[in-house]
Amino acid sequence: MNGDISVAPLPRAEQAPESTAAAAIVALVGNPNCGKTALFNALTGSRQKVANYPGVTVEKKTGQFTTPAGRAIKVVDLPGTYSLRARSPDEEITRDAVLGRLATEAVPDLIVCVADASNLRLALRLVLELKHVGRPLLLSLNMMDIARKRGIEIDIDRLSAALGIPVVSSVAVRRGGTDGLLAELDRALDRRLQAGVSDWHAPNASELRSGQREADRLLRLAVRSEGRLDPGTAKADALLLHPVAGLVILLAILFVMFQAVFAWARPLMDAISDGFTWFGALVGEAPLPEILRSFLKDGVIAGVGSVIVFLPQITILFFFILLLEDLGYMARAAFLMDKIMGGAGLHGRAFIPLLSSFACAIPGIMATRVIDDRRDRLTTILVAPLMTCSARIPVYTLIISAFIPDRQVWGVVGLQGLVMFGLYAVGIVGALVVSFIAKRLFWRTNAGEPFMLELPDYKIPQLKSLLLGVWARALAFLKRAGTTILSMMILIWVLASFPQPPDGATGPAINYSLAAMIGNAIAPLTHPLGFNWQINVALVPGMAAREVAVGALGTIYSIDGGESAADKIGQVLSGQWSLATALAFLAWYIFAPQCASTLAVIRRETGSWKWMAVTFFYMLALAYAAAFAVFQVASALGAG
Amino acid sequence: MPDQTIISHRTLPLGEARVGFRGRIVALDMHSADGAGLPGPELERRLIELGFVEGATVELLHQGLFGGDPIAVRVAGTTIALRRREAMAVSVAPMKTPS
Repeated sequence: MNGDISVAPLPRAEQAPESTAAAAIVALVGNPNCGKTALFNALTGSRQKVANYPGVTVEKKTGQFTTPAGRAIKVVDLPGTYSLRARSPDEEITRDAVLGRLATEAVPDLIVCVADASNLRLALRLVLELKHVGRPLLLSLNMMDIARKRGIEIDIDRLSAALGIPVVSSVAVRRGGTDGLLAELDRALDRRLQAGVSDWHAPNASELRSGQREADRLLRLAVRSEGRLDPGTAKADALLLHPVAGLVILLAILFVMFQAVFAWARPLMDAISDGFTWFGALVGEAPLPEILRSFLKDGVIAGVGSVIVFLPQITILFFFILLLEDLGYMARAAFLMDKIMGGAGLHGRAFIPLLSSFACAIPGIMATRVIDDRRDRLTTILVAPLMTCSARIPVYTLIISAFIPDRQVWGVVGLQGLVMFGLYAVGIVGALVVSFIAKRLFWRTNAGEPFMLELPDYKIPQLKSLLLGVWARALAFLKRAGTTILSMMILIWVLASFPQPPDGATGPAINYSLAAMIGNAIAPLTHPLGFNWQINVALVPGMAAREVAVGALGTIYSIDGGESAADKIGQVLSGQWSLATALAFLAWYIFAPQCASTLAVIRRETGSWKWMAVTFFYMLALAYAAAFAVFQVASALGAG
Repeated sequence: MPDQTIISHRTLPLGEARVGFRGRIVALDMHSADGAGLPGPELERRLIELGFVEGATVELLHQGLFGGDPIAVRVAGTTIALRRREAMAVSVAPMKTPS
């Protein structure tokens, strides 16, 4: 069974019981869509976590479990790949982990190659390549039930003998479906196999070709199958990949998703937000020094609240993304959208993250993980904040209702609604133009990363696996975003609170703060945009979250809060600002990087300050240019 | 089992085939895919990794709305989506369609 892997001579046999102390490390490797993640979930249950590999954007999934023999195992779910010849950062991680080259990761004691039993051809070539690495290796034929149902018969013993490695079958989604694998894991680890010599090198075309020929030979030897398309998948694809009907259905699915992220999350978000407001008010009445009260209420609680409030959206969005991914639909969506997105230099898979960004750029940026290619992913992250997110709506609504007359144009369309639509449209066009330019500016060397991906057979998703995936990502978000966002919120609170107003001061406290100093200092810069110092001051706390600018304007113009506070602000503003200033303010808000949370998430997701800075400055430049153009043109037309 | 004999030795690039086309790969020729987004040797390796090797059967299952691009191709038991400009590198000979 163990052809060219030598059994270790147990050099330190007297220390044998150590195996209970240090967990054995098992790495799962396999083609994309081979059911590796389902197997990982079946093995680990909830004892898993999602993090990032240091310095890269690649998701790192690890988990723990104990074998029936009582051996503790740490399992790593490596990114799916067709070859160790890494072509993307994800695949580099897989290669380096398998070869034991990752400085931060321990070398795996055993590699488990996971293969979809109903789709073995490409997996067998990968197994042959993995054998060159020389590490203890075992092949797990997953989804055996589906293969059997489709009349695929695999002679496991023959395959094992021909490959020279242990082969087991598994059904990740069924209770007891991993028993065979667990038993084999114990057997393989008991043998204390030692890694042989690795003679792996990146294969060239002729080596790959002969590898595939050998895989095809093994397939003929050990597998009896018609090689026919799964009838269910064929039927579904006739509709779902239909050039016209397929696009219509995709749009319908996206509409439901968008609706869910946007509307279903609303009550939960309101509840969370109300909860934090209530808690903040409670703390606001605590017998504490004024400055400490303000720090807790406006800095910490408001800061934490502003992070947690996104959790419903992120949970719902990831539920849909993982559901579509597990169904096998995600690759189809990319297929359908490829041509349309490709025109703007975006990958087909960028569609869902960008759509999600209409709710909020934060889940949208996190959803860019479905894009494999690093450059395509970075481009998508760069433009995601240009999609009009829900936090811009309060600002747009305030300015529009204060300055745009409520009348009908062309008899049917409301002018206010039309302006709102225009603001959305400008954001979308802006995103397409920026991605088009970014593609040519940054990645000239790799302008046409090809679209090549497998369309897996449709599968019925497993609820447990789905929920585990959503749970792991929700936790990762809280941990990831919590630290960075919270620190930014505290910084903004400091800016808006210090120095304190002098005794006997009459104006609102924020007018004496660093925020006001910044607002006044940048007044010459924003003068050409038609911004007064009050707007400048409101922009600083508006960095915390865009909608905060509305409240900040209220504070600066000393408007009491209450039921109709927004209406009152609107009345005051329409008396104080010119139409040109209002329009310039709207133009500014389409593009401005007015959201510390988004910037923090970009920093975390790209693993670099550089991309956060690039996003910040290009958006700032666009916002300035847009506001400048709008103010100057509107003034020239007499709206000044 | 459908008849898998090649009915014609007139080959064509997979990138020019229509939906419903069935055939067998006779060669990978990178010179036919000048418009591809990758240098030839890399494109060839990626195609092989996705199962495009000489002798494999192919069937063009679906295509996109605009310009019939991208295409979904059944390659010896696996369905692969790719753009026509990369599929130009795959030279195929038509096979008898199943009766």
